[in-house]
This record gives sequence, C-alpha cells and structure tokens, in this order.
Amino acid sequence: MASFPLPLAELFGHWGSYAVYAVIGIAFGMTLESAGFGNSKLLAAQFYFKDMRVFKVMFTAIIVAMTLVFLSSSLGLLDYNLIWVPPTYLWPGIVGGLIMGVGFIVGGFCPGTSLVGLATGKIDAVMFVIGVLFGIFMFGETVGNFATFFDSSDMGRFTLPELFNASYGVVVLSIVVVALALFVVAEKVEAMVNERPQQVLPGWSKPAAGALVALAAVALVIGQPSNADRWQAIEAEAQAKLNNREVQIAPAELLKYIDDTKIKIVLLDVRDERDYNQFHIRGALHLPLEKVQEKARELQFELANTVFVTMSNDEAAATEAWKILKAESLPNAYILEGGINNWLNTYAAESLGEDDRVAMKQPDQLAYKFNAATGSRHPAAEPSPHFLNLKYEPKVILELKRAPTSGGCG
Amino acid sequence: MSQVSRARPYMNPYLAGTLLGIVLFLAFFITGSGLGASGGLNRLLVYVQNEVNPEHIDQVAYLLKMAGGNANPLDSWIVFLTIGTIAGGLISGLLGRRMKFETNKGPQISNGTRWVMAFIGGALMGYGARLARGCTSGQALSGGAVLSVGSWAFMFAVFAGAYALAYFFRKFWN
Repeated sequence: MASFPLPLAELFGHWGSYAVYAVIGIAFGMTLESAGFGNSKLLAAQFYFKDMRVFKVMFTAIIVAMTLVFLSSSLGLLDYNLIWVPPTYLWPGIVGGLIMGVGFIVGGFCPGTSLVGLATGKIDAVMFVIGVLFGIFMFGETVGNFATFFDSSDMGRFTLPELFNASYGVVVLSIVVVALALFVVAEKVEAMVNERPQQVLPGWSKPAAGALVALAAVALVIGQPSNADRWQAIEAEAQAKLNNREVQIAPAELLKYIDDTKIKIVLLDVRDERDYNQFHIRGALHLPLEKVQEKARELQFELANTVFVTMSNDEAAATEAWKILKAESLPNAYILEGGINNWLNTYAAESLGEDDRVAMKQPDQLAYKFNAATGSRHPAAEPSPHFLNLKYEPKVILELKRAPTSGGCG
Repeated sequence: MSQVSRARPYMNPYLAGTLLGIVLFLAFFITGSGLGASGGLNRLLVYVQNEVNPEHIDQVAYLLKMAGGNANPLDSWIVFLTIGTIAGGLISGLLGRRMKFETNKGPQISNGTRWVMAFIGGALMGYGARLARGCTSGQALSGGAVLSVGSWAFMFAVFAGAYALAYFFRKFWN
C-alpha cells in the first residue's frame, strides 16, 4: 500500500500534479456531457418520471465506483483509511440538500452538469452558473450568522457499515442489488408514464449487471483487511524501524515537542486506569489498548503537524498500540522510549527516590509507588523548562500527510 | 461554434454511468479523493473577490481560509478539476456534434423566464452546496460511493426537495 494515494506532487511537481486533476476533470466532463447532462430539460424530466436518466447514471456510477473501491481495498490495492470520505454533518447536509433539491427543479441543473451545459453553449446553463456563483457569494457573506448550525451534528468520518453495524462487503453487495432492482422499476415507470412499451436494454446490460454483482460478492468473501492484515502488509518495514529503535523517542525529545508551539503533540497513554490515575503526563489521553484502533480513525483528522506518541510504563503495551496506529496508516506515530518509568527517572529525581521504587514483578509495570493518585498534578507531569537543555538523539521526522484533507467540494 | 443539425444521440445511461463510475474510481485510486464541481467554482469566485476587495476577505473567516494573506485561492487541485470538467464537456460536445447556442426549456415559457429561473435555481444550488459542504458530484456521487452516511442523507434530501416541488413547477418544464 506504500504508494497510495500516488505522491503526485513528488512525481510531477506542485503545479504538474494539477495536470493530473485536469485530465481526471476532462474525463468527468466528457462522461457527463455524453450522458446528456448538459441538457436541463433531460435533467428535469427525472422529476416527472419521464426520463430517469439522472437516477440511472448516478446510481450506476455509484455502484460501479463503490464496488471497485472496496474490491481494490480487500485486495490491498488501495487504503480505504486514506480515502477522502466526506465527514458527516447531518443536519446542515440535509437542509443544504433540500435547498439544492429546490434549486434543481427551479434551475434544471446541478453545479457539475451546468459546467458541461455551459461548455456546449446552453444559455440557460450560463445563467445557472452565474446564479451558483451568486449563491456561493451569498453563503460566504451570511454563514457568520449561523456558524453554530453550520458546524452542528458533526459525526466525523461515519460510514453506512458503521451505522448498520454490518460488514463493508454486505453493505456494498446490498446496495448493488437494490440499485439494480430499482433500475428495473425505473424502466417500467418510464414506459408507463410515457405510455410506450418498455425500452429494449442493450445486450451487454444483463451480463454487466451480473459481473458487478459477482465483483461485489468477491469483495464480500475476501472481506476488508483487518488491523492484523494491514499490519502484516507493512510488517517488514515497520518491524525494522522498531528493531533499529528509530521510532522510540527519548523523554527529552518529547518534552521539546510538547514545548514547541509549531508542533501539536497527542499523547496516548495506554496503561490501565489505576496507573494512569497514579501519574500521567499533563494532557495525555487515557486510551486502553482495545480502543486504539477505533481512535485511529478520528486521529486521521488531526492537522498535518501533529505527532502522536504512545506510552506505557515500559514499552511493551505502547509498542502494541504503535503497531495498531501504523497499520491504520496514521502518520507521525512514535513511542515514548522507556515509557513512563523512564520519564520519571528523567524528570522526577527530586521528588521520587529509591524508597519510592517498587519491586518489578512483571514487565511493563509502574516502577514507582505514589502516596496518592496524583494524576497530572505531580511536578513531573509538566517538567520545568530548565530540563529543555537535556541532550537526546533526535528521531522525529515529520512525514507529509497522505490522507486528503478535503474532497471535491473544499 | 457551428450549428449542426445532425447531433449524435446521447449515450445509453447505464453505459454513461459505468464510465462515470470508472472515472470516479480512478480519481479515488490515483488521488485518494473523489470528484467535485462546486469547490472549484467557489475558489474561482473567491479569487475574483480577492482581486476586487482583499480587505473584505481578511474579515470573513470562511473566505480567509482560502485567500487570506498570501494564499492563492486558485492554488488548489479542485480548480484544475473544474477547468478540466468544462474542457471535457466541450470536447464531448464537439465529438457528439451537440455544440449549439440554445436555451433548453418547457414549451410554455419564454427564454427570459427560463433564464431568470436558471439564475434563481443556480443561486439556491450554490448556497445549498456550501451549506451541505458539497454538491451532487462531491457529496452525493463521491461520498455515496465511499459510503459516507452524511452523503447518503444528503442525496435523499436533494431528491426529496426536487420531487416535493416538481408538481408546482410542471409548467416550466412540460
């Protein structure tokens, strides 16, 4: 999965990479125009059941793209975690959708189709595009008045399989089957409304539908890669980094980044709750190992200048957490070297002495006892700035974020 | 632009849909993000606004993200996707001999009425697309294919809005 998505800017340069998008745009525009989407009358006919072209083209495109995306993902050819899934803002999305629906029946286009209408000389499309620009302008001017609503019901990256608690394969196959059934209905409805016999579908349509169902079924049978599968795919490279100690950062390096306002540090403390309550670094998030995978999806949304550091008492559990994050394609993940024990050795020498040490009965155990649950109130939870002079071997190399930060509407 | 009488017929919708699906898949496969249209138009507009009145941009948080300070609103892949879309429509229109200055409308209304309706509809579309964080291409098509809950809810809302009012606008289209 190493080269997904393609590092276009590295391959073609900053502006050169945009040429790739222009080519994709040309293919997009050509298919829209060939489908008849430059013609507002044909588009509006959808809503009188006379020509259900909009529905047919759109849903065919969705089920074809969806099947190919998830089939490629199950074969390990693309990484669904790094695909842009528009975040769900439920209510602004629904209200915006309703307004657009009204705009569709009034104006006869949607933004994409109006572009190809404009390109083929349709004057109503030109007027529509001017209207779109005006609408966008008005939005920019008025959004300040309802910013709270605009940002409300933010559910992040939320997918249908998560909603229905079903596997990706089942959801994909179900959508394909339902869409194909609806196409049959659409053909009948068109014939009825236009009072004509049903159109004869081209000979390839049934085999093509069958092939699509078969591909979706293959994706279902193979299944989407689990965290373990994903780890296996990167194990050789990632395990070497662990063995060469390239990702274990010293307490001094971590402290430097905590102090650095240009870098955002996310501290993930994977110890049990008791140890966390005894002592943790200020700002550290308590995250049990079993929740790391789920959290990884949310962490993908962090800004590109974010460094994630996992920690346990020593390194064992922190390393497990790091493997899960790596397998989920999270960039810039590191492990606190020697864990919290090493942190305390480094920064708590004044308050914790030999008397406070406990016998080490098991690996990855807290090496000190605390008289109370000090949490992050302990002085070592936020070491004094004079420690910033400590020497260390720098290991953090900021990796460019690979997951796209916006979709086609950003 | 030549007025050609023998326009070729549009493609079979299922074939066009399949091709569109393959283009969408390739967009995901190559870039990790899908297709879109309103984002590109948005940035073209902000570019003009920034040329005309840069102080205003710096006062509006929503615009600031795209064009604040030295940020060039055209320095985004979405803009090039949009330019490509227009070029693709032109190429396909030429190949299909469908280039024609015309106004598509129902027989009962004048060109002028149709133009006003197109402008109002476009304004609603533009406003709604920004509120919904995407249009039919970026949200419904791209987000639908990668199973975003919000995109599916949005898609049903668009169809619901259009079908709910279709009856009242029947004279404009039929």
